[in-house]
Amino acid sequence: MNMAIRVYLLLFIVLSYSYTAFSLYEDQVGLMDWHQQYIGKVKHAVFHTHKAARKRVVVSTEENVISSLDLRHGDIFWRHVLAPTDVIDQIDIALGKYVITLSSGGSILRAWNLPDGQMVWESTLLGPNASKPLLLVPANFKVDRENVMFIYGNGFIHAISSIDGEFIWKKELASEGINIQQLIYTDGSDTISAVGFVGTHRFGAYILDVKSGELLKYKSMEFTDGFSGDLSLVTDDTAVAIDSIGTSLVTIQFHDGLISFHQTLLSHLIQDFRRAAVISPSNIPGAFILETDNSVTLIKVISRGELKVVEELGHATAVSDALFLPGGQQAFALVQHRDGKILLTVKLDSDDGTSNLLEETIHLDNQRGKVQKVFINTYVRVDRSNGFRVLIVMEDDSLFLLQQGEIVWSREDGLASIVDVKPVVLPVEKDGVSVAKVENNLFEWLKGHLLKLKGTLMIATTPDDVAAIQKMRLLSSGKSKMTRDRNGFRKLLIVLTRAGKLFALHTGDGRIVWSRLLRTLRKSETCQSPRGISLHQWQDPHHHALDQNPSVLIVGRCGDSLDSAGLLSIVDAYTGEERNHMEPVHSIVHIIPLSFTDSLEQRLHLLLDANRRAHLYPRTAEALDIFQRESGNIYWYSAETEEGTLRGHSVHKNCVLEEADNFCFDSRDLWSIVFPSESEKIAATATRSLNEVVHTQAKVTEDQEVMYKYVSKNLLFLATVAPKDVGPIGSVTPDESYLIAYLIDTVTGRILHRVTHHGSVGPVHAVFSENWVVYHYFNLRAHRYEMSVIEIYDQARAENKDVLKLVLGTHNLTSPITAFSRPEVSTKSQSYFFAHSLKTMAVTLTAKGITSKQVLLGTIGDQVLALDKRFLDPRRTVNPTQAEKEEGIIPLTDSLSIIPQSYVTHTLKVEGLRGIVTVPAKLESTTLVFVYGTDLFFTRLAPSRTYDSLTEDFSYALLLITIGALVIAIFITWVWSEKKELQEKWR
Amino acid sequence: MATTTIAQILSCFFLLNIVLQLATTSFAFQSDELLVDDDEFGLEGGRLPDPPPETRPATSTRRRSAESGSDLDSKIQFQLEHAFGDSDFSPAGTFTARLKKWPNGGQTLTKLRFSRNALSQTDKENFKRLIEGDDFYQIRLPSNLLNQLGREHVISSVKARCLSQRDALDEHFVINMDGVNVLGVNYGPPGSCQYPRVSRPPTKWSFNSHTLLKYSNEVLRTPVFTEAVLGENGEGEELKPPERSFWAKYWMYLIPLGLIVMNAMTQAMNLPEEQGTGQPGSQGPQAISGRGQAPAVAVGIGLMDQRISAIEEEMHYQVSPNFLFSSSFRNIDQSKLF
Repeated sequence: MNMAIRVYLLLFIVLSYSYTAFSLYEDQVGLMDWHQQYIGKVKHAVFHTHKAARKRVVVSTEENVISSLDLRHGDIFWRHVLAPTDVIDQIDIALGKYVITLSSGGSILRAWNLPDGQMVWESTLLGPNASKPLLLVPANFKVDRENVMFIYGNGFIHAISSIDGEFIWKKELASEGINIQQLIYTDGSDTISAVGFVGTHRFGAYILDVKSGELLKYKSMEFTDGFSGDLSLVTDDTAVAIDSIGTSLVTIQFHDGLISFHQTLLSHLIQDFRRAAVISPSNIPGAFILETDNSVTLIKVISRGELKVVEELGHATAVSDALFLPGGQQAFALVQHRDGKILLTVKLDSDDGTSNLLEETIHLDNQRGKVQKVFINTYVRVDRSNGFRVLIVMEDDSLFLLQQGEIVWSREDGLASIVDVKPVVLPVEKDGVSVAKVENNLFEWLKGHLLKLKGTLMIATTPDDVAAIQKMRLLSSGKSKMTRDRNGFRKLLIVLTRAGKLFALHTGDGRIVWSRLLRTLRKSETCQSPRGISLHQWQDPHHHALDQNPSVLIVGRCGDSLDSAGLLSIVDAYTGEERNHMEPVHSIVHIIPLSFTDSLEQRLHLLLDANRRAHLYPRTAEALDIFQRESGNIYWYSAETEEGTLRGHSVHKNCVLEEADNFCFDSRDLWSIVFPSESEKIAATATRSLNEVVHTQAKVTEDQEVMYKYVSKNLLFLATVAPKDVGPIGSVTPDESYLIAYLIDTVTGRILHRVTHHGSVGPVHAVFSENWVVYHYFNLRAHRYEMSVIEIYDQARAENKDVLKLVLGTHNLTSPITAFSRPEVSTKSQSYFFAHSLKTMAVTLTAKGITSKQVLLGTIGDQVLALDKRFLDPRRTVNPTQAEKEEGIIPLTDSLSIIPQSYVTHTLKVEGLRGIVTVPAKLESTTLVFVYGTDLFFTRLAPSRTYDSLTEDFSYALLLITIGALVIAIFITWVWSEKKELQEKWR
Repeated sequence: MATTTIAQILSCFFLLNIVLQLATTSFAFQSDELLVDDDEFGLEGGRLPDPPPETRPATSTRRRSAESGSDLDSKIQFQLEHAFGDSDFSPAGTFTARLKKWPNGGQTLTKLRFSRNALSQTDKENFKRLIEGDDFYQIRLPSNLLNQLGREHVISSVKARCLSQRDALDEHFVINMDGVNVLGVNYGPPGSCQYPRVSRPPTKWSFNSHTLLKYSNEVLRTPVFTEAVLGENGEGEELKPPERSFWAKYWMYLIPLGLIVMNAMTQAMNLPEEQGTGQPGSQGPQAISGRGQAPAVAVGIGLMDQRISAIEEEMHYQVSPNFLFSSSFRNIDQSKLF
């Protein structure tokens, strides 16, 4: 008997200690989240391979990243993301240990320690007028034993010490309105030249003393035909430029203050020269590269400014800068495309023409586009000859290191510039797939299951078994499987990048499932600067048409203005194949996904053009039929920030065009709201997410009162600020500043709520969900950021509290709601101080909307903070009553406290954070969060904890053992009692 | 005579108390004047008490003459225009209001009043057509009341059927103002728009108009004086959460303990009983309970020629292991709960 008691006690203790942990522990990082680091499209690259230390390449990118990459593997040694306004102009390496960056249009010069990326010094170079920033780091030039570099920026030439960034001298050169194009310093000389154009018809050259900055000479000379474009330096005293009409090349020689021009007609040099030519910015001493629309030519400058065509380089080529080889020779790399392969040529440039040093063919997959940039570096081979490695930047922004005809490493840096994200569900696991495997080898299958059982019961002891189980677990954990899972955690994220490439990322591990450089979004004859704008769910079969794969619609535009022609493409979400494309079509200003689908489950989309016409897609008779049936209930709005108007529109009738178009409709204005231009300026808008689900329409308060949420899909939150506030920081005083928040019904244009925050300024970030809106702004009076919440309740349904009414059916809960009825709403609002400045805001979405919400804040520190909506409850009071406390109302505080554990990104940073996308999982408690910027981050969030599932580390084995032990214990005690009973009977 | 005096007093009272505007409905005239602008300050919020019929021009003139005392304020007039479906806008009525200038430079409108023009025959035809075609009836107002030329208009539309749900036409304006700027106008029926849709033209071609001026609300921050609250209570006198009872805190330890004790007790009770078998005096209660079941037991051991007391003893020992079992199961249940 005692034994039994002991057994139970033991079990009880074991069970009471095996509770599940809810917060994330250090070792759990990376189990359900992933983080990827990128740098963006490379602009400049400087190799650092001299020393015996680690070989590296320092790059600066269009995402404003300065980074040091491992030349062996392509990993990031260190990385800094500069502010978007602080654009990097030039980079170089000084003293062999500092990376020098010139940024902000030549205003800021920084030195970073090469091994670890620490900033060593920073100098601000101010000047009155903006100019082309130039950086010149002479290899070994010293003034007073200090290494010096020359920077031209903002009209001044500066000589700056490399070691500490101190000014040695500076001299203004912009006095005559000269536009300095090049700085020239020949090793060993004691003068430095700055050459450029004065206006468009004059060439000017300054010669300065290199030690003191004293102006020694200034010469300028008029050229009657004028110049166009940039000046390209060929040698230390020769430059070339194109004349203003673009028909001839001008060779400019300036030696000791003597300037001479030599003009060569382009038609003499190039056979069938037709249109404008450009001198490519590559830097090859003695020669330059001329690009015309049908050829690329290497041209050499021979004596007295004579030009000679050295070589025709064919089409679609990128050329690197020249590289000096130890023997005084120079080499440059050249990349051409041939039959889907890349032909890399390294040319040796000597006085008697060029010769090919190296010719390699590299096979790259065909979704990379053309080579954009080439950077060359040399190394000494085993046989003491010169080897070359080449860094190439492709059209899709990816980066490759090529050496010995092979790809050493590659980086998908296009993912640093994501434009839009759309989640897509994975295919259902096909029945029979596993059975087919079983048929192959029944014994293997049985063994597998035995192993699994062993693993579960923790009786696998031999190392072989353990290894096999580990492998099997990894396979069956299914984190990265390509099929749908029960909880809906596995999904594909379709991602569009700025380069026009589409990627499918797997949410399990973040790997790229497929990628495609869209033909539609590539530069072509008809579309010179295509740009992807957005992604839309085109087809998502889940009721009919299940044999079809889901597809996404990619919308693009030729050029930056709103009235440029639009591009459309439909891509299969599972394979990445382009199913259909339409290009260039009418302009696209806005895309409205309608809530109707056709028999193939293709979603109807209304595309609005710049002429305020609406175009219906897909262009089928069926879609048209559906649309015409529903067109009376389709309304949309447009906000014009410049004019300060908000307008409501509806579909009117078919367009009157030259050729009849059944799918084009004219719109008409139904309502308008005019914000007085002298007092208000639109700062932000927010609407509810289209796919948001609201579970409960009512809220029961602590005193058993029912408050009905005003849940309308047509609500718009709009914030306006004082027009002065649009200027830079400090352009508005607290007394002049205000922020006005509006809630507007977008069908009727009714202003449901309008509230003024005095002394507050933008930028405004807002998020709208269910019946509440949360917005973030700066309070000038309190010198703090503030967050406000507005909750909106329906008063028209407030009388439906009576149970009797509900029973008798006299309530109006089921009556249809029309937007034309006069809404009776009441609002509750509250403001809280908040410590952080924000970049973006989002809200969690769950499948059924039961789980409580969290507001996700992308902070200025590039992290994501999850803030419970409970903290932003307008009903918080200073001293909540017992009943209110039970309801979960937190006592009112002045400011929102930040709990360090609530950082979704824990210790990681999503550099350059730009957007947060939330996707509901199938499991109600969980929402998937994808954060993108220069980096990518993905995780799962459970705002109310995972109340509907056991945690992943739940020990099924322990449960089994417990049950087993209990059953055994029951038997034992039963036998004991039987025995005892019998004994008693026979006593 | 007495009645006339009262009437005189009443009329004087009315003339002198324009600002307060007592319930006008009880007087000889009826006005669409809004009650909310009574206090000349807050013009927001509030609802019209009851839909009053159309304005009578006589009233307005009377009032205006009475109000022309203050020189800070000025009268202002602006037009409502309407359109039927795609037609052009045409004048439909006139709003008159007083423009009140505040010492701080702000301007607000008070005493808004509206008179609608009678609908012409073509208007009526147009309106009927709108109802038949379920089309929009549109209205517009100038966006700036002082400088009406060259400015944009604020437009609002409503399905014509929503206005004609009763005999006459009902309309409701909420004009959202910012100083002298009209931001937007909420226009529609005063109540709900019926569903299922009824499309019948009105029998009486006149508008019952309700108007409301709305200005922006100020955000009021609930002051939180956390420090003050702390200070009042004094240091260390913070409200401690009420002490939970001993049982509430340690019930999870107490229940198993209790079970163990009970088990031990029953065992302890059994031991002396085992020693004292066959003593009828000590088994009074069991004997009674045993008797109740005696026939059933007797069937099982009927062949044995034994005394009843022996059966009683057996009954007793049957009870004790069962009890142990049930208690152990309870134990399991508890552990599951935890």
